[in-house]
Amino acid sequence: MILKGRSIVEGSTEGEVVKFDKPLVILSDIDEKKGEILGRDIKGKIVVFPWGAGSTVGSYTIYGLKYYGNSPKAFILKKAETIVAAGAIIANIPTVDKIDISKIRDGAHVIIRNNEIEIK
Amino acid sequence: MSTIWQCYSQDLEYSGIEVTNMYLTKEEERILDGEYGENYAKMMNILVKIGEIYGADKLIPITSAQLSGVSYNTIGDAGLHFLNSLKNVKVAVKTTLNPLAFDERYLDALQVDATLFKKQMEIIKAYKNMGVKTTATCTPYYYDNIPKFGEHIAWAESSAVIYANSIIGARTNREGAVTALASAIIGKTPNYGLHLDEERKATHIVELDFQPEGEDFPLIGLHIGKKVQGIPYLKIKGDNDDFKLMGAAMAASGSIAMYHVENLTPEYKNAIQGNLERIEIEKNEIEKMKKSVDVELVAIGCPHVSPSELRKIAEFVKGKKKKRGVEFWVFAARSVWENHKELIKIIENFGGKVMVDTCVVVSNAGKIFHKIGTTSGKAAFYLSKDKFGGAEVVVKDLYTLLRSVIE
Repeated sequence: MILKGRSIVEGSTEGEVVKFDKPLVILSDIDEKKGEILGRDIKGKIVVFPWGAGSTVGSYTIYGLKYYGNSPKAFILKKAETIVAAGAIIANIPTVDKIDISKIRDGAHVIIRNNEIEIK
Repeated sequence: MSTIWQCYSQDLEYSGIEVTNMYLTKEEERILDGEYGENYAKMMNILVKIGEIYGADKLIPITSAQLSGVSYNTIGDAGLHFLNSLKNVKVAVKTTLNPLAFDERYLDALQVDATLFKKQMEIIKAYKNMGVKTTATCTPYYYDNIPKFGEHIAWAESSAVIYANSIIGARTNREGAVTALASAIIGKTPNYGLHLDEERKATHIVELDFQPEGEDFPLIGLHIGKKVQGIPYLKIKGDNDDFKLMGAAMAASGSIAMYHVENLTPEYKNAIQGNLERIEIEKNEIEKMKKSVDVELVAIGCPHVSPSELRKIAEFVKGKKKKRGVEFWVFAARSVWENHKELIKIIENFGGKVMVDTCVVVSNAGKIFHKIGTTSGKAAFYLSKDKFGGAEVVVKDLYTLLRSVIE
């Protein structure tokens, strides 16, 4: 199945999905030093969630994932907002939004080609 | 016939096709393409993407920026690394900073260790290198960065955003730490949200069955922030300091970036269009939020004190002696402190401390004291959270707190 969205940060990659069903409070839900979101390992994974919330300083938390060598391969979102969009741009992590994330299962293997997502 | 056809063809053109591209000038395109280097391209890219996300038609020039993301306690090593990566980049407009983790004169009282001191200074230096005015206050609108009515600005710091929109009538969205920085460097912001006339109308009418006084203002703010997503319209009376405390509290407990107060907000006359949702607040709902605690610290100045608040404090404590066992700290912009040294002296003679560049929320104060009294609903909102120390916080009006610290 192929889904088409909007590219916030362009890039092509593939990997395993770690999915969160609820919006993430970026500043407190992400542990950039451990590479975890709500206790789940996300380094080198494709992180899928609806959107980001909370303090806008959270953009630096996303940059921190890169700074500490714990970047995910990409973000797939239902809706991008200021915190995640600005964070993903400064950290240069491929990001696609406007995706119906209900179609993507946790643990699925996906291929991202800029704004296009292929679910294996 | 031709008119009908034109309408029809326009419908066809717009239906189902999403317009995601903003209009960019040739110069803006050159910046985006990297002609001025990678850092400027990245900052322009942030503004363009944010503009696309929120449906802006273009970028518009701003006259000033206010940056959050200053305290080492919040941005950490990653934030510092990012700021240091912006070498050779300068801000294009007047840009001021939020408070930092300490006042250099009170390192012991604020329990500042060597690492925090060193890293904080590096952050300030990085901003200074970009041409940022390192004022370190959440109230730049008293002396340091005063926007005029109708000006477009890009401010972070939610309490300053709501003050600028509602009391001054300048126009800013609730910018993030990074988007405000990008706007400062490019000198522009995407044209959407509170930059547009139609987005500044009231969405809710808030009716109170009483006229608020003293601590009612910040408590009403906390209450409205939880109930309203949009722009509330209020018919109450108070002064700018009352509304500063109310606005800061509603911006902290919710996502509000503007309110209208009848006879105060410059745009209130055009604020109401059509039937708006009504929200009623009864006096007993606010009374329930009031509590009394024997506090270890009385903290005034969240947001930083105005010159008139500073004068009220000085006049009240003049010639009196502070009670033992309770600290009295006032937080101000450095410029307010410099312009009112005679008032500072009175407060210091009384036994209080007047701190600049920092505040009760971003310093270690919340971790040092466990019972805090303040005029600020915003401070109460943050300090009671575990991340900020989880203190017990009581919100009272200025004079009640002043009476509680006098021998």
